[in-house]
Amino acid sequence: MTATLWRYTPLFLIFALWEAGTRLGIISKWALPTFSSVVAAWFSLMEGGELFYHAAASLMRGMAGLGLAIVVGTTLGVLMAWVKPVRVIFNPIVQLFYPMPKSALIPIMILWLGLGHASKIVLIFLGCMLPVTISAFNGARGVEPVLIWSARSLGATRSAVLREIILPAAMPEILAGIRTALALSFVLLVSSELVIAREGLGYLIGWLGDGGVYTSMFAVVLTVAGLGFVADRLYLALMKRMLAWRE
Amino acid sequence: MTEGAGNGAAAIRVEEVSHQYLPARGRPVLALDRVSLEVREREFLALLGPSGCGKSTLLYLIGGFLPIGAGRIEVGGRAVTEPGPDRGIVFQHFALFPWKTVRENVMYGLAKQGLAKDEQARRAQEFIDLVKLTGFEDSYPAQLSGGMKQRAALARTLAIDPQILLMDEPFGALDAQTRILMQEELLSIWQRRRKTVVFVTHDVQEAVYLAERVAVMSARPGRIKEIVDCRFSLSGPALFKSPEFVERVDHVWNLVRGEAIAAQGGSA
Repeated sequence: MTATLWRYTPLFLIFALWEAGTRLGIISKWALPTFSSVVAAWFSLMEGGELFYHAAASLMRGMAGLGLAIVVGTTLGVLMAWVKPVRVIFNPIVQLFYPMPKSALIPIMILWLGLGHASKIVLIFLGCMLPVTISAFNGARGVEPVLIWSARSLGATRSAVLREIILPAAMPEILAGIRTALALSFVLLVSSELVIAREGLGYLIGWLGDGGVYTSMFAVVLTVAGLGFVADRLYLALMKRMLAWRE
Repeated sequence: MTEGAGNGAAAIRVEEVSHQYLPARGRPVLALDRVSLEVREREFLALLGPSGCGKSTLLYLIGGFLPIGAGRIEVGGRAVTEPGPDRGIVFQHFALFPWKTVRENVMYGLAKQGLAKDEQARRAQEFIDLVKLTGFEDSYPAQLSGGMKQRAALARTLAIDPQILLMDEPFGALDAQTRILMQEELLSIWQRRRKTVVFVTHDVQEAVYLAERVAVMSARPGRIKEIVDCRFSLSGPALFKSPEFVERVDHVWNLVRGEAIAAQGGSA
């Protein structure tokens, strides 16, 4: 516990510098409110229940979009690696869409699916699916043939080999791809809510900024950063557990 | 051809099998050229030859892992088209499922046979004990030494009781002492549970020691050059010093040496 605290000392230092810089007038208070006032604003947002309401909406969208992306992306990537017709059909599509900045899809999603949850969930799904697909594809292609041959000679059918051998053998790469997707989901979530939405943390940041309530706006920005950090650490812990067999 | 061992019936029949493979660049390479071979039931046969002679390829064809380009392979009178639990395989680099424990690895094939969970566990334990891995049931492969990994792989294959055991340089990745121990144990297991064994190796002494017959292969394109009978009246460590063993090793070594030189000389 103390070791963990020490590891994050640089972060505490930044907060201290922030507080000192704004108090001493080195940094204009129009550019950056004091750290303590941002913390106070955070508590009052929590008390009013707004922060919780908008965070819940955002997290629900993020989890739905990312969850879909993991299921569909993994399935598609593994099938692309081992079923030729699937590869022939989807490879050019994946190659075309992978480098495309997914934020360009925001207006289209809103046009098609409206201002509510659906447009955000589908955007996150589309954006996060490709990194998962590509890592699952690479992981599945890289499976040693002797593992597949062993399973087949032990009596496994082809489809059992896909589920029971190729999928777990590709798991380290799939999990690394999901970590990338997790970070990307926050980017897409907040930016799509900033552009246009009726609730969510991105919406709240935009709304508070437009209204000039900068201390509260900073409090929400910090909340987003904190949520992203916690999600990543939790994910890393889960990943370590799932890959314990690697020693 | 030398008189065969076993009870006479053919367990494996390889007829005029050729195999080509396509390297990433360049023209197709002929790995096997019209190879014919018969392995009798419960016989221990070694496939011996210089690296690149196609001996592993021939084993993989018998296993059904690679498509047969030309010719025909029969196992138990039926043409080989795909892998099956009648032919167990042990690879040089073990090929254990790294995300499964030793017990789970051994249970995998048993589950495929549709055995009940407790029966799977009971049989897995029996074979883990047989290969002397008792106490390591819940270890992951990454926690085991090379010799222990190969024991686990052997247990996994033996547990499903295949009639035929295909072994692809199974002791090639082990250190010298472990290798000798594993050879002893393989022989003692084979004597207790007679199976047809096809054992690929490039080690002359290992082939002559373990096998009843040694099929010596020529350099690429692989052919069967000669089949040497290697049954001896002696057994165990005393065999290594006996004149007939030394003489047989010498004979086989002379057959292989010419081929090894041809392979080195870049005749391809």
